[in-house]
Amino acid sequence: MKKKIKELVEFLNKNKTDHKINIMEVCGTHTMAISRYGLRQLIPENINLISGPGCPVCVTSASDIDLIIEISRQYDVSVFTFGDMFRVPGTESSLYNERSRGRDIKICYSPADVLNFAKNNPDKKVIFIAIGFETTIPLTSVIVKRAYKENIDNFFIYNIHKLVPEALELLLVDKEVKIDAFLCPGHVSAIIGSKPYLFIARDYHIPCVISGFEPLDILESIGMIAKQVKEGRSKVEIQYKRVVREEGNPTAVKSIYEVFEKSDSTWRGLGNIPESGLKLKEKFLKFDAKSNFPVKEINSSEPPGCECGNVLKGIKKPTECRLFSKICKPENPIGPCMISSEGSCAAYYKYEKFKI
Amino acid sequence: MNNKKFKDTIIQLSHGDGGIKTGELINNLLLKYFGNEILNRLEDSAVLNCSGKRIAYTTDSFVVNPIFFPGGDIGKLSVCGTINDLVTTGCSPLAISLSFILEEGFLISDFKKILSSIKEILYDTNLRIVTGDTKVVEKGSADKIFINTSGIGFIDNDIIISPRKIKAGDKILLNGSIADHGTAILSCRKEFNFKTSIVSDCAPLSSLVNDMLSVSKKIHALRDATRGGLASILFELARASETNINIHEDKIPVKKEVHGICEFLGLDPLYIANEGKMVVFVDRNDADKVLQSMKKNKYGKDSQIIGEVTEKGEGLVILNTELGTRRVLDLHYSEQLPRIC
Repeated sequence: MKKKIKELVEFLNKNKTDHKINIMEVCGTHTMAISRYGLRQLIPENINLISGPGCPVCVTSASDIDLIIEISRQYDVSVFTFGDMFRVPGTESSLYNERSRGRDIKICYSPADVLNFAKNNPDKKVIFIAIGFETTIPLTSVIVKRAYKENIDNFFIYNIHKLVPEALELLLVDKEVKIDAFLCPGHVSAIIGSKPYLFIARDYHIPCVISGFEPLDILESIGMIAKQVKEGRSKVEIQYKRVVREEGNPTAVKSIYEVFEKSDSTWRGLGNIPESGLKLKEKFLKFDAKSNFPVKEINSSEPPGCECGNVLKGIKKPTECRLFSKICKPENPIGPCMISSEGSCAAYYKYEKFKI
Repeated sequence: MNNKKFKDTIIQLSHGDGGIKTGELINNLLLKYFGNEILNRLEDSAVLNCSGKRIAYTTDSFVVNPIFFPGGDIGKLSVCGTINDLVTTGCSPLAISLSFILEEGFLISDFKKILSSIKEILYDTNLRIVTGDTKVVEKGSADKIFINTSGIGFIDNDIIISPRKIKAGDKILLNGSIADHGTAILSCRKEFNFKTSIVSDCAPLSSLVNDMLSVSKKIHALRDATRGGLASILFELARASETNINIHEDKIPVKKEVHGICEFLGLDPLYIANEGKMVVFVDRNDADKVLQSMKKNKYGKDSQIIGEVTEKGEGLVILNTELGTRRVLDLHYSEQLPRIC
């Protein structure tokens, strides 16, 4: 491995430019890997890696957390969530705190398990928090179709799925954010392919490289970006060829749009982004938790001083947030970026809090 | 003792996972009630002076779920856990106590399997249960079986093992691969449900420590890396000894399958529980012969020198990654999994 690392670092230095390049790694898993493996120590100084909004838990708004909590308080339901959502703070509580207070909230690792639980417990009303980008949406769609086919009427989804390319466009028009290239998410791209990013290279002249998640993948991808920048090109390239094809996974995409249609969505820190979310098609609306378990409107707010929004847009590094590590820590997260397993602040806190 | 207040109003699972919240519970609440110069050291075993002899004394409770797992069960875990805590003082374990809290309806056939496991370890280590207790609670008031054990042993006068003896230049040794126990437990938790060949490393390490002590009187510290994993132990020892340590990632044995499972689940092997791993701080001049003695023992065949103590400091644990980069290992908030031991 050390030999390969040396080659990749040499390639990077060979394609170095004089000016600073801001590369946004969109995906939270990339952010974690970059911090965990100390990749910033290997890349030339002119390359600045900034983390983006590719952490579905981090971009879930406080109002969604509050609504889910309110549903669990008001109705006799069993709520299932991926582990990451568990500790994300809402306005005044979290799913973890609610579970400690006796609400029926459980961690799941697969929506299939949740559906099976619903089947085996017909007297319970079961809600699955359907969160994630294009990587996980196909799975939700398959489960909803199965629930429909098998007439499982005690299974619901609280849908907060979001779509990545639309968020990237918002960042490109935001004057505060200076992005010179994107390191694109590997597994989202395995579903959607490389074509949804073409507009970035074509209309905004910004290179995009779809990267795998091993440290060698990431270094190679950064090298491909550096080469494009040096040669004045802007293309969409796939580094993660062992998993990603240009056309993506059409079967998975078809399944998504059998069950869902695009809708506006509110992203924490980015605001409302048109057509960046999904809603259930009418045929499947009976599985929608929000309409089946209505609750009164809640006054949700982001915590004072929280800079998750600026971190998610790449305007600030986690260490530039005044609350980072002083008040906001994993044991006392003020915002989601500190507690999500793909959160930028969590990555910096775990791996880059101390400068050696 | 610190002046920090314990602010939580309800017990949460993270209070029991061996991470930061456990530390808060102990330091900011329990020590306020019970602190003294022995307890405050928070070592795996207390060392008591009794008529000129030193006695090691330890206790532990076991709530692992599931109670039967690849490589062991709650019975094996309980006696191995207490033996391993005792031998971190360098003592010869003398006797164990064994208490059960049993749930009404718990199968006697399962209970007998657990009793047999315990008996096997006692035979292997030439130890006896000398006192105990059994309670039964109504169905639903406990989860099948909880076990508490305690143990005592005498420490020879010429053996002084304590984090305070750790000094710059010491080598850090480990007796084999990490994260096997946590991974084995995960594999049979309902919510994960994956097949793996990984078995728990649950083992009594008294013979391993005995072999080490027979070749060197310069072993400075011993700690078994249980919940919280290897990283948590290194962090605690670095802080307790006020030294900085360097760890080499490529020297830490991790089974390929464990690595793959951890990557898939987003877990870090450095923070996952072990039940048969001893971290050894030894004077550098004795490191090689201690390593050889470990490798000859059945519980130390894959032993490695994984790092060294660099200097007096604030307790920094620096990981040199396989890529040649460096980062600081820190205590994690709540890594991962309840009822791992």
